[in-house]
Amino acid sequence: MTARRGLVLDVDRTTPPIVFHHGEGFRFEKLPVGSRVIYPNEPLEPLEDVDSAIRHALANPLGDSPPLDALLTPGMKLTIAFDDISLPLPQMQAPDIRGRIIEQVLDLAAASGVDDVHLIAALALHRRMTEAELRHAVGDRVYDAFAPNGQLYNFDAEDPEGLTHLGETDHGEEVVISKRAVESDLIVYVNINLVSMDGGHKSVATGLSGYAALRHHHNVHTMRHSKSFMDQEKSELHTKNWRQGRLIQEAGVKIFQIETTLNNDTFPSPWDFLQKREWEMTAKDRVMLIGTKKVLDKIPRRSARSIFQGIRAPFGLTSIQAGEVEAVHEVTTANVYKQHLVRVEGQTDILSMGLPYLGPYNVNSIMNPILVACLGLGYFFNFYKGKPLVREGGVVIMSHPTPWEFHPVHHPSYIDFFEEVLADSTNPETIEQKYEKRYAEDEWYRHLYRTSYAYHGVHPFYMWYWCSHALEHVGQVIVVGGDRRAVKRMGFRSATTMRDALEMATDVVGRDPTLTHIHNPPVLMADVV
Amino acid sequence: MTDPNRRPAISHLTDRRTKASLSRVVRKVEFPLKPAETPDGETPLPPNTGANYETDWARRYASRVTRRLALSTLGRAVIQYYASPTIRGLDRLHDLDGPAIFAANHQSHADTLVMLTSIPAPWRHKAFVGAAADYFFGTRTTAAISALFIGAIPIERTSINRSTIEKAVALLRGGWSMVIYPEGGRSPDGWGQEFRPGAAFLAKQAGVPVVPVHIRGTFDILGKGRNWPKKSKAIVNFGRPLEFAEEDNNRRFTRKLQAAVESLADETATGNWFAARQRAHTEDSPGIQGPDTAAWRRRWALTDNGDNQSRSNRRWPYV
Repeated sequence: MTARRGLVLDVDRTTPPIVFHHGEGFRFEKLPVGSRVIYPNEPLEPLEDVDSAIRHALANPLGDSPPLDALLTPGMKLTIAFDDISLPLPQMQAPDIRGRIIEQVLDLAAASGVDDVHLIAALALHRRMTEAELRHAVGDRVYDAFAPNGQLYNFDAEDPEGLTHLGETDHGEEVVISKRAVESDLIVYVNINLVSMDGGHKSVATGLSGYAALRHHHNVHTMRHSKSFMDQEKSELHTKNWRQGRLIQEAGVKIFQIETTLNNDTFPSPWDFLQKREWEMTAKDRVMLIGTKKVLDKIPRRSARSIFQGIRAPFGLTSIQAGEVEAVHEVTTANVYKQHLVRVEGQTDILSMGLPYLGPYNVNSIMNPILVACLGLGYFFNFYKGKPLVREGGVVIMSHPTPWEFHPVHHPSYIDFFEEVLADSTNPETIEQKYEKRYAEDEWYRHLYRTSYAYHGVHPFYMWYWCSHALEHVGQVIVVGGDRRAVKRMGFRSATTMRDALEMATDVVGRDPTLTHIHNPPVLMADVV
Repeated sequence: MTDPNRRPAISHLTDRRTKASLSRVVRKVEFPLKPAETPDGETPLPPNTGANYETDWARRYASRVTRRLALSTLGRAVIQYYASPTIRGLDRLHDLDGPAIFAANHQSHADTLVMLTSIPAPWRHKAFVGAAADYFFGTRTTAAISALFIGAIPIERTSINRSTIEKAVALLRGGWSMVIYPEGGRSPDGWGQEFRPGAAFLAKQAGVPVVPVHIRGTFDILGKGRNWPKKSKAIVNFGRPLEFAEEDNNRRFTRKLQAAVESLADETATGNWFAARQRAHTEDSPGIQGPDTAAWRRRWALTDNGDNQSRSNRRWPYV
């Protein structure tokens, strides 16, 4: 059966309460008549024979790249880089697609007599992956073959011996990437392109790079001029990454890009009711929904978190392409859009969203208030093509408990950012000028990033910059059901119920506003016309 | 004083013992309480044992439930106690759909139980085992036990029996998966033997893929010559399913299957999948058949593995 396209539902009297994600729980919200609810496309049919599809992609590359086996020669240096723990979301059910691809790449390497192989988790300034996470991503066989010899490891963006400065773009952007990658005869980069921002030149230029290069595009100016950063044609972030990527290619670094797209089959049984439209839920689904909500409301947040973090998505592979970076990425982007784009007519005064338990930076971790803001105003707000879903000066209503809670191992600099920086100012530009350098070069954060499992000291700044386009665009941000102190610290307003939030929004957008709710996840991207 | 040459008197006790023998009682039982003998000159009907044993009853619902219960409780407990198997490579079966032939090397009687408890669902629940007709189906009792508890069907080892092959093909086509040992019997010394083309023939006839499986460590549990099981750690490594391609013939496919099992063996032994693949591509895999030397040196080489040698607390040698 063909997957049904997404839907823009006009709310009327018969519309049931809508299920809002609310961290590790849900809320049922009756939306006013005349509101709109945007539902995602149903999961596209996955490829049946994944191994054959991988084999075909490696043997029939796009662009001017020869097949992979023709690029592999005895005695060469091969580096295989792969996306880190931030993709996909949630983590996919084993076997992870990265591992399946890497096995085939390595099998070709083995057949060609390649001995010098390194595998690098391309995590840029993200936290290091644990052994269990690496094993999940690449599979036990690959892990056991390479990790004990030190040939499979996390990228270290603060290793002074491990980076090479390749030069500057014609716009003055420095390009610094992994020394091993530069010295390799071939880099094979294995991507999971969950959203349209992923992949392309961003893979190597960002994933295997450090602060010196990232600061040229991970900044307030770039984010404000990326409208949105999910739309490559209008993304300054994309443009700058592309300039850096082209310089890498011009420097003679050979990259064989592999990109994959997944469908949005996000929730396995028994959570699959979360994939369904409310009126299509069966009696069993409704019992599950109510029962789950009751249980989640009663149990400690820690327990609820461990339940949700245990979810593994049954994502299906919808496409795989390999070869020259730009040629590959063009096809990949079209395939991502095929799954995510939902056509929406016109903007709205108020945009509401139910934020789930998970974003790219809290896998197996805690979603702290900064990550809540980043998920809502960074990711969900920017899931548009054309123009933002909410009009300029409009209101964003986010539903999330927003606890004042941080993972002390994963997010140490976030704690100080929240306590020190946001207490002083919430203006991204002020924060950037006044605090960024100090946090980025702090020796303690650097030490934790390199030796523990901490995000880099500058990472919370990037999360806040991620919000800067939304913060500039909207008139007010309201958080429903959030911790009041945490919400206030970020400069947002708190509301206990959706009705209160709508009442508060009328102060900004007038007495008769339009409301649009994005029913996300599963992920959708609004094509606003 | 007693005369030593005197013959013992026939006592009433001795007399009674000769009269009340159980065998005498059994001998007195006649037809219809026992089967009648075939008259001289008449050809006896073929016995319902060996390759002729009819096993359809063992795939009926009640038998399947019994087998599933027995394997998931007693079978699993026994295997966990003696072999505590580590199962690897299940991710390679991710895309396997429908019935398959699971072809493993054969070291021990424990292999079948290890396989039947290691193969993942749903194949495990609808599996049958190709078992030696002369060994497992030699008597009605062993045949019934084999058919019921391991879902065995008789396979001739020494000759080609058309009906058993047809039975296996029909079951594979009917959605049943098969466990088979292409070596044709247990290893005599712990090393593997040359694969025979049975699995290839069945794969071609039934049009199903063959999953190469390598089992390590079960020889010490219940290998040839051992009557009582001994604890030893087992490792089961599942390989990527092989399809019978157009350009294949039975011999070529059998070679491919053996190479796949050898590569799995190498992978298990070294713990280095990549190095094993490199050796497989250059046809340098160590193989499962061991060195071509004297028996004691083959056995000696086998003990180099070390991982299955249970350490005895005994300080003095057995006399």
